[in-house]
Formats: sequence, C-alpha cells, structure tokens
Amino acid sequence: MQQEAERLRWFKRRSLLLGAGTCGLFGTLVGRLWYLQMAEGQRYQLLSESNRVSERLILPSRGRILDRGGRPLADNAATYRVRVVRELTPDLPGTLERLGGLLGLSRERIAEILAQAQARPRFVPVGVREDLSWEEVARIAVRAPELPGIILDAGTVRHYPEAATLAHVLGYVGPVSEPELKGESDPLLQMPEFRIGKQGVERAYDPLLRGRAGLSRVEVNAVGREMREIDRSEGTPGQDLTLSLDLDLQRFAMSRLSAETGAAAALLDVRDGGVLALASVPSFDPSLFQNGISQRNWASLRDDKLAPMVNKAFKGEYPPGSTFKMMTAIAGLETGVIKPDTRIRCTGSIWMGSIEFHCWKKGGHGAVDLAQSLERSCDCYHYEVARRLGIDRLAEYARRFGLGERTGIDLPGERPGVVPTVAWKRATLDQPWHRGETLISGIGQGYVLATPLQLAVMTARLCNGGLKIAPWLVRGGERQLACCTALEPVGVAKEHLDVVLDGMFRVVNSPSGTARSAALHTPGVLMAGKTGTSQVRRITKADRLSGAYKRKDIPWEHRDHALFVGFAPHEQPRYAVAVVVEHGGGGSAVAAPIARDLLDRALQLDATVAASPRADEPA
Amino acid sequence: MELHLKAPTLSLADKLWSINWLLVALLCLIGAVGYAVLYSAAGGSPEPWAFRHAVRLAAGLCLMLLLALVDVRVWFKIAYPLFAFGVALLVAVDVMGFAAKGAQRWIDLGPVQLQPSEIMKIALILVLARWFHPAWLDDVRRPLFLVVPLLMVAVPVALVMVQPDLGTAITLITLGGTLFFATGVRWWKFALVIALVLAVLPVGWEMMHDYQRQRVLTFLDPENDPLGAGYHIIQSKIALGSGGFWGKGYLHGSQAQLNYLPEKHTDFAFTTLAEETGFVGATATLALFLGVVLMGIHAATRARSQFARLVIIGLSMNFAVYAVINTAMVMGLIPVVGIPLPMISYGGTVMLTVLIGFGILLSADVHRDMPILRYPRR
Repeated sequence: MQQEAERLRWFKRRSLLLGAGTCGLFGTLVGRLWYLQMAEGQRYQLLSESNRVSERLILPSRGRILDRGGRPLADNAATYRVRVVRELTPDLPGTLERLGGLLGLSRERIAEILAQAQARPRFVPVGVREDLSWEEVARIAVRAPELPGIILDAGTVRHYPEAATLAHVLGYVGPVSEPELKGESDPLLQMPEFRIGKQGVERAYDPLLRGRAGLSRVEVNAVGREMREIDRSEGTPGQDLTLSLDLDLQRFAMSRLSAETGAAAALLDVRDGGVLALASVPSFDPSLFQNGISQRNWASLRDDKLAPMVNKAFKGEYPPGSTFKMMTAIAGLETGVIKPDTRIRCTGSIWMGSIEFHCWKKGGHGAVDLAQSLERSCDCYHYEVARRLGIDRLAEYARRFGLGERTGIDLPGERPGVVPTVAWKRATLDQPWHRGETLISGIGQGYVLATPLQLAVMTARLCNGGLKIAPWLVRGGERQLACCTALEPVGVAKEHLDVVLDGMFRVVNSPSGTARSAALHTPGVLMAGKTGTSQVRRITKADRLSGAYKRKDIPWEHRDHALFVGFAPHEQPRYAVAVVVEHGGGGSAVAAPIARDLLDRALQLDATVAASPRADEPA
Repeated sequence: MELHLKAPTLSLADKLWSINWLLVALLCLIGAVGYAVLYSAAGGSPEPWAFRHAVRLAAGLCLMLLLALVDVRVWFKIAYPLFAFGVALLVAVDVMGFAAKGAQRWIDLGPVQLQPSEIMKIALILVLARWFHPAWLDDVRRPLFLVVPLLMVAVPVALVMVQPDLGTAITLITLGGTLFFATGVRWWKFALVIALVLAVLPVGWEMMHDYQRQRVLTFLDPENDPLGAGYHIIQSKIALGSGGFWGKGYLHGSQAQLNYLPEKHTDFAFTTLAEETGFVGATATLALFLGVVLMGIHAATRARSQFARLVIIGLSMNFAVYAVINTAMVMGLIPVVGIPLPMISYGGTVMLTVLIGFGILLSADVHRDMPILRYPRR
C-alpha cells in the first residue's frame, strides 16, 4: 500500500514535469511564431509580395514621322506574331521543333531562339516570328494544345509608306543589339518586341519616338502563370515628329536623280535652314531591317560599290570644284587682294615655279573681271586670287560659309568635309604645304572636300544676306531651335556678296554663262547658280595631249563628278540647292538641269501652298 | 486494492457518463479547423480534400467512442500479442522494401493501406505500460529490470530506421523515454544514455562515406539547397512570416493560394492556416493542441492502475510529439521530417491512428477506477 502511494507520488511528480515540459515546448513554438510573424513579418511580407507580383512592361506605340504637310512618312501597322515563354513550356526545344515544322523555321533560327530564351528571364516572351500570314496564324491556333508556352498575338510593325524614297533620311528600326543594351537603363530595351532606331531620324530622335513603357502588375502563381492583373499604368506613346521635308519634293528629287548611277541633292530654305529634300541614290528598302536583316541581304547592301546604305547628301564628300570659286572670290574681296573690277588675264594656264596650271578652256578667257570669272568659270582668275590669298586666309572664309565642318544637321553620321590649311596638312599628313596646292584649292580641287548639304548651306548663306543658317529636319527639334532663335551674320560686306551673286546670276542668265541652258521654267522667276566639274583623277600631260580625258569611254569611276549649286528666286532668294552626280561628267550638262528642275518644283509647290493655308506655320 | 478479486463492472450508461466529453469536444474543434484549412487550400472548395476529411473525421470519432467503451483490461491482455504483431509487420515492410529496392512504409491491403509504424506507436505504449504495470519503484530503479523495456524500444526503432524513417524512429524513442520518465527512472540514467549516444556519434561520422555525410548535412540544413529540399522550408517561412498578426484573411493567403507553398494540404497545412489567420489563429490552434495534451496528462494522474496511467500519458505525449514536431518543422526550427499535423493535415491513416489512440485513452480514462491485478490469472 505504501509502495503504491510512493509510486503514485512519483508518477504525479513526473507527470507534472512532462506537462511543464510540453508547455515549454509550445511556448517555444509561440515564440517562434512571434519572431516570424511579428518581428520579421515585414521582411516576409516583402518576400511574399515579390513572389506574388510580377511586373510586365507594356510597349508604347512609336511616334509617327510626318512630312511638313502632316503626311505620314513612318507609322505603325498591325501584324500577327508568335512568341514563346520559356517558363510555360516543359520542353522548350521540343515545342520549338514542332512550331518550326509549322512555320518552316530553319534549324539555325531555332537554335538562335533557344539561345535568346535562355539568356533572358524565364517569364519573358521571346519573339519567334513576326508578320505571320493568316494561314500561319490558323495553323498555329489549331495545334495550340501541342504547343504550350506559345503565344499568338497582335503586335505592330514599323511601316514606311514611301519605302526607298525616304530610307536614307528616316533610317529604320530593328531589334536591340547587345552594344545598344549597354549603358541604357530604359527597361523598354529589354523587351524582345521593342524596335530601336538604327539610322537617320529614327535613330537621332529615338528617345522621343519610343515613348515610355507602361507597366502591368500581375499576380503570378508558383509556376509563373498569370492569375489576374492587379493594376496597370498605361505608358506614354512616342511623340510624333514633323519634318521640314516636303514629301512631293522628296519624291520628285529621288525620281529625278534615279536616272543617274549615283547622285545626291539637298534643297533647303535659305531663310531658316529647313531641309525640304535630301536625296541620295541608289537607296534601299528599310523594311528589310524590321526583324533583323538576313546575312545575305546585309552583305549585298554593304558590299555594293554604289553604297546604297549611305546618304551621300551629308555623308558623301566630294571635291567641290568650281562651286568653291565663290569662296575664293569672297575671301579675295574681303581681304582686299582684289577689287570687284580687278581684271586678270587668262591665257589658258598659269605658271607657278616650274609647274603649269591649266584653265579648263584651252585658249584662255582673256582679261576677265570677278563677275565674269564666275560666269565663265575661269580657273586662272581663281588660281591667281588664291595665290595672292594664301591657303589659310582662303580657308578662314570657306569655314564661315559652313565648309570644312559638320553642318550639325539632326541626323547621325554626318561627314565634315575638308578645307585644308597648312596646319591641317601638317597634322593629318605630316607634310609641308606646297604653294601649288594653294592654287588648286582655289578652284575647289586638291584636298578640298564638301558634302552636297554643305554646298547647299554655303549657297544659302551667300544668297540670304550673309546669315549663318544651319540645316535641320525635325520641326521643334533642338537643331531648329538652335538655328532660328538668332541668326548670326557670316561677317562679310554686303557689296562683296552682291558681286558674287551677280556672277552666279550671269552663270545661268548671261549668254556666255556656263549654265545658260538651265533657266527656270517657272514664268517670271529667275535663278542663279554655279556649275562645277571636279576631277577624280589627276589629268596627265599625255591625257591632255591625246584629249582622252574628255572621252566618255574612260571607266565610270574615273570620270569627273558633275556639280551644281543654285538658288531661286533671284530677287528674293527662298531656296538653295546643291546637286552632285557622281562621275556624271560636266556640271553644266548633267547637274544644272537637275538643280533647275528641283528649284522649279519647289517654287510650284510654293504657289499651291500659298493658295491654301500653310500646315507648317501657325496661322 | 489489487487484492479485490471481484472486479466491479460498469453499465453502458455509467461508461457514457464518464467519457471525457470536453476532450472529445476539443478534438472535434481541431478537426473542424482542419476542415477550414483544407477548404481554403483547395482555393475555397470542399473538393478534393475538405469533404473527405470531414467524412473520415466523423467515422474516426465514432470508432473512437466505440473503443472508449471497451474494457481497459482488453488492452492489458492484447499488449504483448499486439506488440509482436507490430514487430512482425515492420519486418515484413523491411523485407518488401529490400525486394522493391526502395523505401517501403506501407502494406497494401486492397482498399486500406496499413502503416506498421503507426500501429507500432500504439503497440509500444501498450507494451511498455504492460511491462511497467506491476513494477514498484524499487523494481524500476534496478538497472537489470530496464533491459527488457529498452529492447522493446530498440527493436522497433531499428526496424523503422532501416526503412528509413527517421521521423518515426525519433517519435518512438521520445515515447519510450516519456514512459521511462513517468515511471520514475532516475535522471542520471537518461543523462548517461544521451552522453553515450553523443560519444558514439563522431565515431559513426568517421565511418560514413562522403555521400552519406552529404545526405546528413542536407537533411540537417535544407536551406543550403534553396532549389531542392530548402525550397519547401523557405517558402513555408515566407508564408508564415507574411501572415503577420491578423493574417492575410481566410482564403487570401497568396503563398498557399498561388501554390508557392508545397504540400499545403498535408505536412504544411499549419503554414496555410498561419498565413491566412496570422499569429492570432496559429496561437489559438496551438492552444487547442496544448489543451488536449494537458487534459490527457491530468486524466493520467487520476487513474487507479499504473497501466491506465501509463497508457493515458503515453498516448497524450504521442499526440504532443506529432503536433510539436510538425509545427516546429514548418517554422524551420527542425529539419523537414515529413510528419503531418494530426486532425488538420489531409490523410486518412494518421487521423485514424490518432483517433484509435484517443479511443484507447478514453477507455482507460472511463475505467480509471477499475483495478487491474498486478499479476492477473492466466
């Protein structure tokens, strides 16, 4: 009995301890709950939220590009595309294999998509193909159950209604490349369907055109499926851009130039620098680049000797030839080495030490004054003026008119041209300057190089009363605003400009002018200009004797460039134009008629525009 | 007392009257919480889990009440045979496991799956209670007397380890230890055993292959492997922690509803509950479990026979071990060992064995005044 009492006492004591121990364990559990849910609760709430919520970007629509009359030059068109989401398919290679069978994708393309999908986060859709036909859409839709993770949806593609007519100016868009991704924080660039501007206006104004991405916050479950949309902020669509370009004029310029193998032209408003046409042939089809250009197409564009990818109007550098003589004349007048009535006798050549420099006219022009020297494009006159000036003074005036440095047009890749000086030659070629080189520089040969756009700017600055206009394309863009707030004067006396303009007038309108056949068709309006024929290859004494250098049967790439710069109307200049026909022969025969037609067209458009309210100017 | 040769009998009405209905009510409440959790885990639907849970709960409660009416001496009599049967079953699954070259814990009996390790938990409690029933304190304090009960624990533990099922092995050791402790075995003997185990561990570690060590390390620290075993516990802690004080709201636990939580209806059901009802709901649920255990311990101290006392305390602690291991596991306090939360996790076997256990516990409690002979006649 006593044993039982003792046993029970021990049992009760031990039970109490077990009960207390259990309470202790449960207390520990509650403490742990407190730690997780209260002390660390905030942190776990964040983790849970980042589990739950996935952010998806919404592509904003890209801004349109319009001509000065509001006609679309680049807009967006609807298209069907197919994409794949890695996390939604258990067997990505297998799914792509089946899809590839339906669409006829090459093995390399499938491998490319696979690599892309592996490189991006697993929930980001990767583009497989765009621009599906209706038949292809139906084929995929029917087999949808066998294609997990394959998304069919409507997207947009960049559409260029004018295609090659404007390819050089607008550029094109394409998938973001790896170098473009670096240093860019805009999340839009991470989206596979985003297209970035690669050239031209599309590239120069890409930040404005692309807009801001919208954001859709969706609830996703553990395997990444979207359960519902929590909220959504629409992005900002890209800004529409209005260009100074006139679509009609651009079309006309391209078709007029397309008769030539390679040519470029720039036509601008001499009052504000707005570019109305910027043409370059041959051209290319910008839609080739939409989804990444094929290797074959790219190679053929890149290796073409005629450089269809290059807009020669501001990337092509040519010896300006006689179109440079206005610079020699202005520099001569301004520095006082000649007067307007200074006459110089041209005997057909001029000697400099032991070297003879030839005028283009074998017998010479006789004694000519400055205006006559421009009218007849006498080389000897300008050799002599350049000799009196020296290269550095000549260069200084050429620069004032925009030669030898980038005009700053709002397009990427502009070339600066060359206006040589003694220092320039030392710096770039590490050679001393020869005095003979000053003479050939005086007629725009030798080292002198200029783009057609630079020549148009030079002409505009000559005829607009000596104001430093600079060319621009996008209305409201930085370049236009910089250009038109306050036009700086070039810093040349008006009477000197007038003498040169008189010479340019006589080129077209005098019976002995080099371009007398190029008078305008527009009644009652007169134009002025200057021809240029620049040598590509040095003419040897043997050539001169045989007369072979003028023959049409020398190889195309050795023929002369034909140039013309001009402006109209003569009384109240409005438009300046520069035309370069690569290896076209004589400036008066080939380039001047083109320039005349462009000015004619611009003036006609002006008349129709004047009759109706202007779209590009505030009422 | 045990000199009473004529045992008193109880009428059915007496038995029904003396059933601990408060304990039954607490169990029903826990089962109801389980229904709510499973309803939410299915995204707000009685299918596929909650409805079947309710059916099993009802059937299990009926079985429990039937067992509560069974004379406690029946358990006393079947203790040894049941233990022998349990050991035989464990040997059988081990052999089948070798044959199938994989872990085997079930015996398939057509519609019912028999889990020998669950039977063994009850059998071990009964056999130890039976062994210690006639022992006075003096007997218990003799080391030689403890050799047989030690073997009774060691044999099933060894068989379970072979499966391998570390969770059940630890549960069996804990249950054995609890009963040794309740009979009054001295503290220093426990200390000695623990010291011996700790001394042997490094030797065992040295004898292991590298891949075996790696397995042990992953087992002990699953968070080192966030994509594999660690994923479960990391997501469970995020779910628990993000519940905060009041929880995310019933049916609004994003971790559970969006399937970030693995096994949200079985082993991690408590996490689902704690995410949606927060610190308040989780603590209240733990209080229900503690209430059941403390009521059991209290019932043990008022029984007249040592057998009944040990059976009741053993079964109570079995329930406590389940609850503590499961909740500690989902909170990241101990490694994931795959033990469900009784009455709440979805699963028929565990609910059935737990309720059978409570049937025996209630039977011992109903017959708490009934004496059992120290050495019954054969």
